Amino acid sequence: MADTRTIKVNGIEVDVRSDLTLLQACEEAGEEIPRFCYHERLSVAGNCRMCLIEVKGGPPKPVASCAQNVRDLRPGPEGEPPELFTNTPMVKKAREGVMEFLLINHPLDCPICDQGGECDLQDQAMAYGRDGTRFEENKRAVEEKHMGPLIKTIMTRCIQCTRCVRFATEIAGVDDLGLVNRGENAEITTYLEKAVESELTGNLIDVCPVGALTSKPYAFTARPWELRKTETIDVMDAVGSNIRVDARGREVLRILPRTHQDVNEEWLADKSRFIWDGLKSQRLDQPYVRKNGKLQQASWDEAFSAAAAKLKNTAPEKVAAIAGDLVPAEAVKALKDLMVAIGTPHTDCRQDGAGLGVSADGSQPPRESYLFNSGISGLERADAVLLIGTNPRVEAPLINARLRKMWLADIDLQIGLIGEAAELTYEYAHLGAGPESLTAVAKSEGSFLDVMKKAERPAIVIGMGALTRTDTGALLAEIGALADAVGAVKEGWNGFNILHTAAARVGALDLGFLPGEDGLGVRGILDGAASGDIEVVYNFGCDEIDVGKLAHAFVIYQGHHGDVGAQTADVIFPSAAYTEQNGLYVNTEGRVQMASRAYFPFGEAREDWAILRAFSDRLGKKLPYDDLFALRQAMITDAPVLGSLDEAPAGTAFDVKSLGKAGKLSPEPFASPVKNYYLTNAIARASQTMAECSASLIEQGSMAAE
Amino acid sequence: MLQDKDRIFTNLYGLQDYRLEGAKQRGAWNATKEILEMGGDWIIDQTKESGLRGRGGAGFPTGLKWSFMPKEVGDRPHYLVVNADESEPGTCKDREIMRHDPHLLIEGCLVASFAMKANTCYIYIRGEYIFEREQLQRAIDEAYEAKLIGKDNIHGWDFDLHVHHGAGAYICGEETALLESLEGKKGQPRLKPPFPAGAGLYGCPTTVNNVESIAVVPTIIRRGADWFKRFGRDRNAGTKVFCISGHVNHPCNVEEAMSIPLKTLIDTHCGGVRGGWDNLKAIIPGGSSVRCLPKDICDDVLMDFDALMEHKSGLGTAAVIVMDQSTDIVKAIARISYFYKHESCGQCTPCREGTGWMWRVLERMAVGDSSTAEIDKLLSVAGQIEGHTICALGDAAAWPVQGLIEHFRPEIEERINNYRADRGHMQVIAAE
Repeated sequence: MADTRTIKVNGIEVDVRSDLTLLQACEEAGEEIPRFCYHERLSVAGNCRMCLIEVKGGPPKPVASCAQNVRDLRPGPEGEPPELFTNTPMVKKAREGVMEFLLINHPLDCPICDQGGECDLQDQAMAYGRDGTRFEENKRAVEEKHMGPLIKTIMTRCIQCTRCVRFATEIAGVDDLGLVNRGENAEITTYLEKAVESELTGNLIDVCPVGALTSKPYAFTARPWELRKTETIDVMDAVGSNIRVDARGREVLRILPRTHQDVNEEWLADKSRFIWDGLKSQRLDQPYVRKNGKLQQASWDEAFSAAAAKLKNTAPEKVAAIAGDLVPAEAVKALKDLMVAIGTPHTDCRQDGAGLGVSADGSQPPRESYLFNSGISGLERADAVLLIGTNPRVEAPLINARLRKMWLADIDLQIGLIGEAAELTYEYAHLGAGPESLTAVAKSEGSFLDVMKKAERPAIVIGMGALTRTDTGALLAEIGALADAVGAVKEGWNGFNILHTAAARVGALDLGFLPGEDGLGVRGILDGAASGDIEVVYNFGCDEIDVGKLAHAFVIYQGHHGDVGAQTADVIFPSAAYTEQNGLYVNTEGRVQMASRAYFPFGEAREDWAILRAFSDRLGKKLPYDDLFALRQAMITDAPVLGSLDEAPAGTAFDVKSLGKAGKLSPEPFASPVKNYYLTNAIARASQTMAECSASLIEQGSMAAE
Repeated sequence: MLQDKDRIFTNLYGLQDYRLEGAKQRGAWNATKEILEMGGDWIIDQTKESGLRGRGGAGFPTGLKWSFMPKEVGDRPHYLVVNADESEPGTCKDREIMRHDPHLLIEGCLVASFAMKANTCYIYIRGEYIFEREQLQRAIDEAYEAKLIGKDNIHGWDFDLHVHHGAGAYICGEETALLESLEGKKGQPRLKPPFPAGAGLYGCPTTVNNVESIAVVPTIIRRGADWFKRFGRDRNAGTKVFCISGHVNHPCNVEEAMSIPLKTLIDTHCGGVRGGWDNLKAIIPGGSSVRCLPKDICDDVLMDFDALMEHKSGLGTAAVIVMDQSTDIVKAIARISYFYKHESCGQCTPCREGTGWMWRVLERMAVGDSSTAEIDKLLSVAGQIEGHTICALGDAAAWPVQGLIEHFRPEIEERINNYRADRGHMQVIAAE
């Protein structure tokens, strides 16, 4: 497939792969080709005509370089290599002409356009356009469109490149966008003036080369050159998307994706992109201590004293700690060390009660038992996929986009789903709703078992909908047996994939932040707190638990948002959000990635690990590290896998049969843990943008369905 | 002048029965089985040998086009698609064929499909052609009934023929846009390569031919390639239906030999130009999209592909639009320009933006509200469209404007000067 050919670009010979387009070939040769409609990850439209180049020996007119492959080039009459030119008068004239046409109906409103400064049209007009306009007619105006709470449209600026239409139909898998009318009346529209119903709409802003589709929340707030850009990691789901946080002072103004082929390609899910206004509201920027039943602002000293006094007067076995979904691994390590120093075994990082990380006999299972072993990009190698108890579209939109990509690329790919039927943007066989369907599939009642068995690299994706149940152990045993039977885990291929929803979870599991000997898990801790067996709970950023059960316990809440977790707290330690501290996060495939501080935390809030270190000192159990690096060293000694950054584990085979413990299955159907995509964590619940999305896309949608 | 015995479309005027019986009497469906028995390659060779060039406008040799189809049917079926989306202003030849001689077309579809190993053929008919569609459908039904086509027909080649009714877009006459439309998508031209012979309708090998190109094939093969080649000059062989409209005494469709002098064509069949030959101003020889010719060229130009090409015009669909001295040529071209602006699909930039621009400038020029410098600008804009688009509609929009400026520039300038002379203040504004 990838044979190479020698071609000449502007007289210089280069060897390029023959399946490249001429545009890519010219880029290989170091020649920049201007383009608007061409996008590497979208189908070729060839309609902007900006990438015209000259091909020697072809027809006496320029060729759209994005639309022709190197293999279609004809050699010269003597067999000499085909020649391309990007710097001839013909090419210059063609580019000037196309640029002029693009600009005649483009408004001259760059000063008030949010794309200004990062606009392809602006840049290319400077580089390839004429100096002035010859157009004396009136410019065209296009009616405004409504595209929901995230995307601001100024359709007069649209140059009809159709990138957005292609993104929506190809990557996002929704038919909500299209080009209607023809000729100069052509318009991009959502047809019915409705929001684009996808979790990936923010990417439309990125693919739009002009200012037609811009970010609504970001509108009129800043110019790109004013912003301080920090490259970091997203924590809204367990994908670990690579992001860039653009901030001005302590204010995050936008979040953009960074390209990482193996994780998020160059896309970003909407929650990750538009969460940033949640970082500004509902913040805990002061320590609080509950006095006379009311939380009152306090100093760090008062807060530490109150918490330390209570802890010192409590027996260690009556103390418990639970860690939330957004916390960095270093802080989990610090909390674990603190709890060990206190002497309690009641620690857990699985606030949703997921049955992972502990074997039936209480030993620590291999890392592969709780990872997305095929890897996110490795999933593309699978030739049959079974989804169990998951709705990847809301649990990990970018993994769902991968599945759609696979489904588009391979007509033979079979996807099965056991769980809630949902619109996943690709066709799948719905094999049932609950565990009995899983048993049925495993017993070959239906043909999907055969599909999986025939597949060379079958993958099983297990979501938290199946793992947070009371019968999870039995389910895991059943799934493990199935995985073994179909050959999902074997030498060279590990298709046993756990789809986490919490960014902090894998890191905490790696560190073993789990119940110790005779320790209680999160359910036990909550029940214990309700019954009085547990008196002090160190709540480290858990907002998705049943806090009502904590009403009688003394709760120390360490977190950054005044959400449900803080309401029941007796002492609040205000901490930094993920954009405000350095830390490591491990994504669902086990890839360790480093998040960086984009700006300092608000008010009195401090970094998570520093709070724990200072508090340990007050307890008289000083943790043995004085800075983050020493803590990291200690952490890596504890869990060496955290030492290699940005490397996905190889997904080695393991004894998948030994998972779980055979038992009775509950007939209750699987339910996705994500009920409302836009409101899954404390930051999202504080975000007005997310609230609007939820109102217009989820609540309105369900109303319409009723 | 072409003799009656050498005409292919003997019922062009509908004076006789269009139905199967009448068509058979005129020679249609005669020895079709024997033709098919000679084999597909032979048919393609005969077509090549006859020198038949596509009658839809571009004039690509039909036999050569057929030979681009894969020799054997692979896992994808072959298709023949007949382009009956006759929308070029001034053209009405396919209309007459489908109305009055539909069986020639149906027989041609069978022969051509057999030659290209296609078992299915689609006729994509223009949205406005309602009567023609009904007429054609009646003829197809007759052919099915007589077992001439269909499954297990008397010719031994399973063959299905479907008529698809378009919705009236000019762009759907472009072969790839036609395929898109036929597939149920929006009619927008595709990028080439891949060419339809490689990946056409539903991604299968497809040949798209004009109605006339297909309808003449059975007769050519029956009478021999040499017979067809006798007419016209070298490389421009055969007979052709010309559609003459405009300022002639008797506008008409007429089948004539290729390479007939334009003046002879008009004088013989149309009763001459209204008010005599000297009253002629300009002629558009091949449908609205080719460059117009002024009288001095029309005096002796031959009506074939190459002769008209020499004058930078083209035979196109052979729709001869005659304009006498009473014509406001700028206004006429402005109207044509409006047509292209209206019919541009909007897919690619130069055509989408440029056609509207040209039309607006021309509308102003038609009244003289312009400047002489703007004529050069208009010419440059036309040049920026030509050759820069996905399909040929961009070229088709640019050529009439280029033809106007090339041949009638003094007239435009005069009009601009007169307009300004009437308005003293215009000079002042221009000077600022």
